[in-house]
Amino acid sequence: MQEKTHIFDNPKNVKRVLWALVVVCVLTIGADFVYHRHVVHPWEGLWGFYAFYGFVACVVLVLLAKEMRKLLMRGEDYYDRDA
Amino acid sequence: MPDLPPFVLFYLAALAAAVLPQRPRQLLMLAVPIVGGLVLLQLPADLLIRVTFMDMVLEPLRNDRLSQLFGILFHIGAFIGIVFSLHVPERSQHVAALLYAGSALGAVFAGDLLTLFVFWEMLALSSVFLIFANRTERAWSAGMRYLVIQVISGVLLLAGALILYRQNGSLGFNHIGLQGAGGVLIFIAFGIKCAFPLLHNWLTDAYPEATPTGTVFLSAFTTKVAVYALARGFAGTEALVYIGATMTCFPIFYAVIENDLRRVLAYSMINQIGFMVVGIGLGTALAMNGAIAHAFNDVIFKGLLMMSMGAVLHMTGRINGSDLGGLYKSMPVTTTLCIIGAASISAFPLFSGFVSKSMVMVAVLEEGHPVVWLALLFASAGVFHHAGIKIPFFAFFAHDSGIRTTEPPLNMLAAMGIAAILCVFIGTYPWTLYGLLPFAVDYAPFDGSHILAQIQLLVFSAAAFAWLKVSGIYPPELHSTNLDVEWLYRRLAPNWLRRSTAGLDRFRHILMQGSHRAGRGLMRQILHHYGPEGTLARSWPTGSMVLWVAVLLAASLMLYYL
Repeated sequence: MQEKTHIFDNPKNVKRVLWALVVVCVLTIGADFVYHRHVVHPWEGLWGFYAFYGFVACVVLVLLAKEMRKLLMRGEDYYDRDA
Repeated sequence: MPDLPPFVLFYLAALAAAVLPQRPRQLLMLAVPIVGGLVLLQLPADLLIRVTFMDMVLEPLRNDRLSQLFGILFHIGAFIGIVFSLHVPERSQHVAALLYAGSALGAVFAGDLLTLFVFWEMLALSSVFLIFANRTERAWSAGMRYLVIQVISGVLLLAGALILYRQNGSLGFNHIGLQGAGGVLIFIAFGIKCAFPLLHNWLTDAYPEATPTGTVFLSAFTTKVAVYALARGFAGTEALVYIGATMTCFPIFYAVIENDLRRVLAYSMINQIGFMVVGIGLGTALAMNGAIAHAFNDVIFKGLLMMSMGAVLHMTGRINGSDLGGLYKSMPVTTTLCIIGAASISAFPLFSGFVSKSMVMVAVLEEGHPVVWLALLFASAGVFHHAGIKIPFFAFFAHDSGIRTTEPPLNMLAAMGIAAILCVFIGTYPWTLYGLLPFAVDYAPFDGSHILAQIQLLVFSAAAFAWLKVSGIYPPELHSTNLDVEWLYRRLAPNWLRRSTAGLDRFRHILMQGSHRAGRGLMRQILHHYGPEGTLARSWPTGSMVLWVAVLLAASLMLYYL
């Protein structure tokens, strides 16, 4: 029996999700033009602060973690083997 | 009915569960947290039961707002865990789980440090069987390491308590602070159970080795008891702000490169506890409320995530991100429930994490710690990245691993369903939870600025993940071990010990040879002087003796005349 195709088997649907994400990003950062966020600290008040911080934080996180692998990654059985 | 300490019901149920056949045992286990919860709600506020034991005043039951909130939380956590593990045939796991939940309750209702110590150790002794129950070599050794570290924490607590007892003449468990050796010892004891940086590795070592159902219990109790204890004993201790900020940040790097998805959640757990620790360190009403509310929510959403991964492990026998993927096709309900947990831990507005974490964030800024705030914001983006996206993505989506299975047993789905409902309920109607908090809540969670800021942070984090993934920069999931602090005691110390005992052997050898040589030399000397031909072995003639006596007598006579 042929298995039925699922929603993300179609690459078009994956594309759609990515585009939807782009649209949401644009909408939320655009909201900073019209909605004045009240802030506790001046950094928060910068235009698009949270958006940029979130994006940069995740990229930095992943790039640093990738570098960490070079230093810290060992075989899966590292502790099971005798030194 | 007399006012019973809440742990008693669980301990009695554990005894009964040890002998009852399966059906009645299941019914009993379901009934215990419900009945216990009702009994707890009937306890008079600010009730204190005192007993005197060997001239020491012990308080096995102290019911104030802080204890009561954790008491309610642990009943909910126990109920969810029991429903999730109902299908497990092994009796020992159920007995251990009931004892474990009871010990957590005993600890949060303990009014004195000695009672706290007893339950502190009982937590370790009961929970380790949930790790051993996996019956693998890895689980056995991870469990032993877990036990050793937990017992050390208990010993430090006891030592600290005794020092305080000598100083103050009281064992009462109230604010302790970092003054004096007693306070510091107790701080470290709490810090071990709370997974402070460098003391954290037992958690990520042991939790992922427990049974699929055992991890759910483990994630609910031990660390939350420690958070409670910190809130009780060290509120407003500034060091906690920096310790907590470190806890939020460093584990997320490990979480990104870790392959075992339950270990990812264990690292993520340290990150979440970090937010609570920061709140406790600030010690203001808003910060304490935020920290405690977050502990409440964390038990439920982290439990939900652990359950969804437990369900995957139970159904497929696999838990590594590199071996999974595409499970949304055969486990759509589990997928949905996991995503609700992921949204909650990521603090999406209308999910539970949002209404508690934002309190801590606001408090941090209000108390003038902008750098700590930036660190927590980084960690907030990071938690969405590794727990919010990575967990559901690699388990249920990503590339199709070809695994076809079915939804887990009904009891597992029901437990996840209850947790998911709670996540959404608290997220949309937080006022019930706010009403339980120790301080009056003057905080509006659904404020336009907060909501917009949080959504911006999250969608752009998602955009970063999508971009890194599409462009191929994102590191693939690999079968691997990542070195952490445990390397010191699993690799460095044993090697060093082996090497130094080898050195000791050499030293002993040299010593033996040296003493042999010295012994032989000594023997030769003795033979030379005392042997048959030796000078000192000659007999002395009597004449020389008489001569010397005469000389001595003459000398004394001379002296006499002088």
